[in-house]
Amino acid sequence: MTTLVDIVLQGVLLGGLYALFAAGLSLIFGVMRLVNLAHGDLIVLAAFLMLALTRVLGLPLPVAALLCLPLMFAIGYALQRLVLDPVLGKDILPPLLTTFGLSIIIQNGLLEGFSADSQRLSGGGVETLSLPLGGGLAIGLMPLLTFLAAILVIVALNRLFYATALGRAFRAVSDDPEIARLMGIDNRRLFAVAMGLALSVCAVAAFFLGMRSNFDPTIGPARLLFAFEAVIIGGLGSLWGTLAGGVVLGVAQTAGAALNPEWQLLAGHLVFLAILVARPRGLFPRATD
Amino acid sequence: MSTVSTHPSAQSSTARYLVRTRTRLSAVAGGAGLLAVLVLALLPLTASRGLLQDLFYLFTMLALAQCWNLLAGFAGLVSVGQQAYVGLGAYLLFALCLWVGLSPLLAIPLAGLLCAVIAVPSAFIVFRLRGPYFAIGTWVLAEVFRLLLAQLRSLGGGTGMSLPREVTNEAGFVAWTAELLHVRAPVARDIASYWLALGLAVLTILLIYRLLRSRPGLALAAIRDNQGAALSVGVDAFRIKLWVYLAVAFVTGMTGALVYLQKARISPDAAFSVLDWTANVLFIVVIGGIGTIEGPIVGVIIFYLLQSQLAGLGSWYLLLLGLIAIAVMRLFPAGLWGSLAGRFDLHLFPIRRQLVLRVGSLENGPATGPSSHKNPGGNDD
Amino acid sequence: MALLEISALDAFYGDFQALFGASLRLDTGEALAVIGSNGAGKSTLLKALTGLLPARADAIRFDGAAIGGLPASEIMKRGIAMVPEGRRLFPSLSVEENLLIGGWGRTGTGHWSLESLYRLFPVLKERRHSPGTALSGGQQQMVAIGRALMSNPALLLCDEISLGLAPVVVRDIYGALPAIRAEGTAVVLVEQDIVQALAVCDRVICLQEGRVTLEGEPADLTRDAIQRAYFGR
Repeated sequence: MTTLVDIVLQGVLLGGLYALFAAGLSLIFGVMRLVNLAHGDLIVLAAFLMLALTRVLGLPLPVAALLCLPLMFAIGYALQRLVLDPVLGKDILPPLLTTFGLSIIIQNGLLEGFSADSQRLSGGGVETLSLPLGGGLAIGLMPLLTFLAAILVIVALNRLFYATALGRAFRAVSDDPEIARLMGIDNRRLFAVAMGLALSVCAVAAFFLGMRSNFDPTIGPARLLFAFEAVIIGGLGSLWGTLAGGVVLGVAQTAGAALNPEWQLLAGHLVFLAILVARPRGLFPRATD
Repeated sequence: MSTVSTHPSAQSSTARYLVRTRTRLSAVAGGAGLLAVLVLALLPLTASRGLLQDLFYLFTMLALAQCWNLLAGFAGLVSVGQQAYVGLGAYLLFALCLWVGLSPLLAIPLAGLLCAVIAVPSAFIVFRLRGPYFAIGTWVLAEVFRLLLAQLRSLGGGTGMSLPREVTNEAGFVAWTAELLHVRAPVARDIASYWLALGLAVLTILLIYRLLRSRPGLALAAIRDNQGAALSVGVDAFRIKLWVYLAVAFVTGMTGALVYLQKARISPDAAFSVLDWTANVLFIVVIGGIGTIEGPIVGVIIFYLLQSQLAGLGSWYLLLLGLIAIAVMRLFPAGLWGSLAGRFDLHLFPIRRQLVLRVGSLENGPATGPSSHKNPGGNDD
Repeated sequence: MALLEISALDAFYGDFQALFGASLRLDTGEALAVIGSNGAGKSTLLKALTGLLPARADAIRFDGAAIGGLPASEIMKRGIAMVPEGRRLFPSLSVEENLLIGGWGRTGTGHWSLESLYRLFPVLKERRHSPGTALSGGQQQMVAIGRALMSNPALLLCDEISLGLAPVVVRDIYGALPAIRAEGTAVVLVEQDIVQALAVCDRVICLQEGRVTLEGEPADLTRDAIQRAYFGR
């Protein structure tokens, strides 16, 4: 019984990390119908950026992490304006291929700059702290903080989307880009801001990824798949659904790993496929896609 | 649109226009292609082993590129998970040879067939995802296959295994080759694999060419240009896309089987590598030109030249490939072949139907009418 | 000086030419009706005017500046707002949000705000939290007009605002026009409903197959002349 509770508890908390991976992907698709195949690699890039800021400039990790938010925003803004905008259009192929190429470029750029070695962000011992819950259960401080960060990010993004003029503009562009232009909205600038925001969320995700586990330049695609699975399981268009999707995926992986450490990823993927077959529109679909 | 000659080939028709797909250039190209295949088939008589091994790789990549091009460029199914069928075909070859004791020559088509069978339930799952999500869905599927096969201890588990020599060097067709050309077994194996790869690439091209000129091919073009309109004239988009997906799984699986028969060593990470079997293939198609049969042929040659010159650079090489692909997509969205074909109206494998005015009614209009549908991504102006 | 001056404007959809050298002139505060049958080029004219279709820069002069071919968002900021054909409200935005988004590119101040619009169309205040697309056709049209007014434009373009609405609803919508014109806003009404358009406008032009075939004041035009210009022959 205790093991079962433990599995669910750890799985739910892991789901927070996956929701953080997924939030940016979901945001971008919602605003500009772009699926960014380099999303996972951009998270890994942010983690390496933090590593470089602490190692090369000697900054304390919290400062480096905070600095990464505007840095990743700038990278996202530039990326959208210079690389992605020109290929966005009715045909889905050019943006898919471009982001796929970007994924290869980021991975190999990081390999060249940081080698294939595993890295870790060091929080000076915080990452090993845990809170005992009694009955032999305990939750790690970092997993808990990750989950809280996911909730915070989702609340913030929801407020942005539903209670600000910028969010109104995002939704208007998503509904009808042509009419949005007639409202004086500069779609391209708005897309760039959305990409900047998404990459800032990637930086948040990268911070917790790097504090909780090892990372190396090649782990990006797997993070993309987790993010994608969380989005689809939850149902397109709802960030809370995405959190739920992340939790489902996290619990599935944790349960799989409890049976056999080699089954962690497989269990997650299989649960995803099962949900895709049973409920193609996800667990919490919105009325309209 | 100037290469089409105006003399009608069907005199009996009294219609003012003729529909034709052949061009004078394509007839010449057909002859040249036949000659090229003949020369390539005879190449093992003189060429070095190294060259044959290189060409083996080139032919298998060409087959994969043609398959992906059919899938993404013609059927609109943008998959980044075709490594699923390369790996599956490869593992099936190992299983069929080691467990069933089949000859590799039989095991290869059977592995392809089994891939197509497995593609049926796979399609049932990934076809639920639309457009860009389909792409990531196929990737997840490839990961599932990889993780499942890594659990199979009898095929080497996560670390992989090798094919014994009695399968690779002592198979019947290798012995036959050795006897025919009076060469040692290892050389005969390379030559036999080379012939198989050449045959596979040529057959793949001919198959796709035939498909695109057939009625389903026309339906495919209609779906790509306007799915709604195609549906309204009775084209069953789902069925056609499903058949393309299965056919591609078949050929991709055979290619995977052949590649790993030659490699003789398999591991889940290598056989299901997204870099080797999808990124490189996408590069070839994008560089050459998506949505044309000529494109992947041009692309694979450029890819081969780049690789032989730059592969020593390691990760810089891959970084460069990514940059080149993005730049080409931006500057020449139709690829190198597509851009050339658009400018000079070259169609070695003409799959467009063109309306041609009959000679008798020349006074009424221009010599050539408009093509009935646009060349994908090509510049018709 | 004219507020809007269009001279020898050509417009294309790809290879298809939809406007051939169209010219017109509009003064500040004036109301102009653009009539013509389906496919005559009326909507094309508005699309070129708002920057949704490319145009030669000096073919369109607004407030003295050449604006042809500028980005749509830029043209809107200079004071041209559009009520698009079919209303095209944003489905995921509420009525009030639809109105607010109209003020996104707002640069100056003016009479129109949420308050003054709710005075003009009181029913919208009651429904302000409903999704825009949950309203009746007439109410949606009010939102679309209000959305365009939120930027306090110098020129309001209306594309077929009576299309698909019941006559009594059309009368309500047209009833708002005097209040809009009272703020000094110039109006271009693209209409197939000739009677309605002629009743409220100072001047009328007729388009046929992409060319201006008639121009004048409603009082000076005979039924016959309009019919000739409308249908040809």
